[in-house]
Amino acid sequence: MPWTRDDMTARAARELKDGFYVNLGIGIPTLVANHIPPGMQVTLQSENGMLGMGPYPFEGEEDPDLVNAGKMTISELDASSYFNSAESFAMIRGGHIDLSVLGAMQVAANGDLANWMVPGKMVKGMGGAMDLVAGVKRVIVVMEHCEKSGRSKLVRECTLPLTGKGVVDLLVTDLGVFDINRGRGAVRLVELAPGVTLAEVRARTEADFVTDLV
Amino acid sequence: MATKIQSDAASALAGLLFDGMTVMAGGFGLCGIPENLILAIRESGVKDLTVVSNNCGVDGFGLGLLLENGQIRKMISSYVGENELFERLYIEGRLEVEFTPQGTLAERIRAGGAGIPAFYTRTGVGTVVAEGKETREFDGETYLMERALKADLSIVKAWKGDAEGNLIYRKTARNFNPMMATAGRVCVAEVESLVPTGTLDKDMIHTPGVYVHRILQGPAYEKRIERLTTRPRSEKASA
Repeated sequence: MPWTRDDMTARAARELKDGFYVNLGIGIPTLVANHIPPGMQVTLQSENGMLGMGPYPFEGEEDPDLVNAGKMTISELDASSYFNSAESFAMIRGGHIDLSVLGAMQVAANGDLANWMVPGKMVKGMGGAMDLVAGVKRVIVVMEHCEKSGRSKLVRECTLPLTGKGVVDLLVTDLGVFDINRGRGAVRLVELAPGVTLAEVRARTEADFVTDLV
Repeated sequence: MATKIQSDAASALAGLLFDGMTVMAGGFGLCGIPENLILAIRESGVKDLTVVSNNCGVDGFGLGLLLENGQIRKMISSYVGENELFERLYIEGRLEVEFTPQGTLAERIRAGGAGIPAFYTRTGVGTVVAEGKETREFDGETYLMERALKADLSIVKAWKGDAEGNLIYRKTARNFNPMMATAGRVCVAEVESLVPTGTLDKDMIHTPGVYVHRILQGPAYEKRIERLTTRPRSEKASA
């Protein structure tokens, strides 16, 4: 069985370390927050201007002045702080955030990432993603391995407009985990989802990769 | 004696609007947007606007109202995924858009208000954002030169303000508002509460009054929530 979205984010959460400051992208990556191990101190940064992001508020306690980067209502913690957007990205660009988890449309073997537009079809904008991949110490991508059409999203070279060049450290898909290492060497498949075979991954992956798994 | 206090949004904008102007509008999504000033700009009918704002509201609210009314010629934004009309106009070539990474956008505005004409950043190197821009190496890394942004007018929203124009924002409604207040040739601020001068904690002021030229208390705030997400109260009872 390939991993579900919840499984994928649980796997990404295993990369967290005690004391980390972490930014979670909108969409699937926000689920990583549900898998922070008990007893581990992880502070979530929201690029619209908050450190110490809390869970969704209880019904009736939602505050329109308190949202995350996905514009969802959230709550604050005792340790939370608020700041403006320039300060928020000084923190990101300045290398003060330990880990960023992002979604993607394509990841290439050379570590390139594309996740903000499909020319002529879909334009959402890059939001803070280009700043995050340029400034955060470690970048993990969580995405479905293939498009709905079956086409591999782990590619030899991105065909979509880039978010960043040589920026992806680790890739978690529904089929397994790939060490991309910012394109500094061959892509390495380091883990298979339970019940997924190496042959299946090879058949569904455009990019070349090496592995010690059998 | 000069006063910054205005009775309403329309009079606060009197004499400031002209076709083809550049307007900065604070807010992140619908959080912390100058609702009343946006409505007054719509009523004014001013057109061919270049609008600098992280997003463009949603269909039917915030800056989405100016888009629907055909008043915006160009947007400088980082993310517009919440606005279907925006996406359609852009793809059809009827709206010009300068997509700017969010941190670069914030810093360009900060630089504009701080008298810094340009700066270097790693953000966007090797992407379409870098096209036509100067790059330079520092300590073995490639950086991109980004120019500062200024506007003819900036409209911002704060929680509390006083007659001097001192502003305090609330929670994540702060976002782009403080930088935009500094980068408009004229800054008009709207606040939920206009309080007597001297009652704001002077150590807690986010925007000092020097940046704010006109201020008004909005008559009402809808403060629409874009994506309501909650936990059931039963979880609280069991906690």
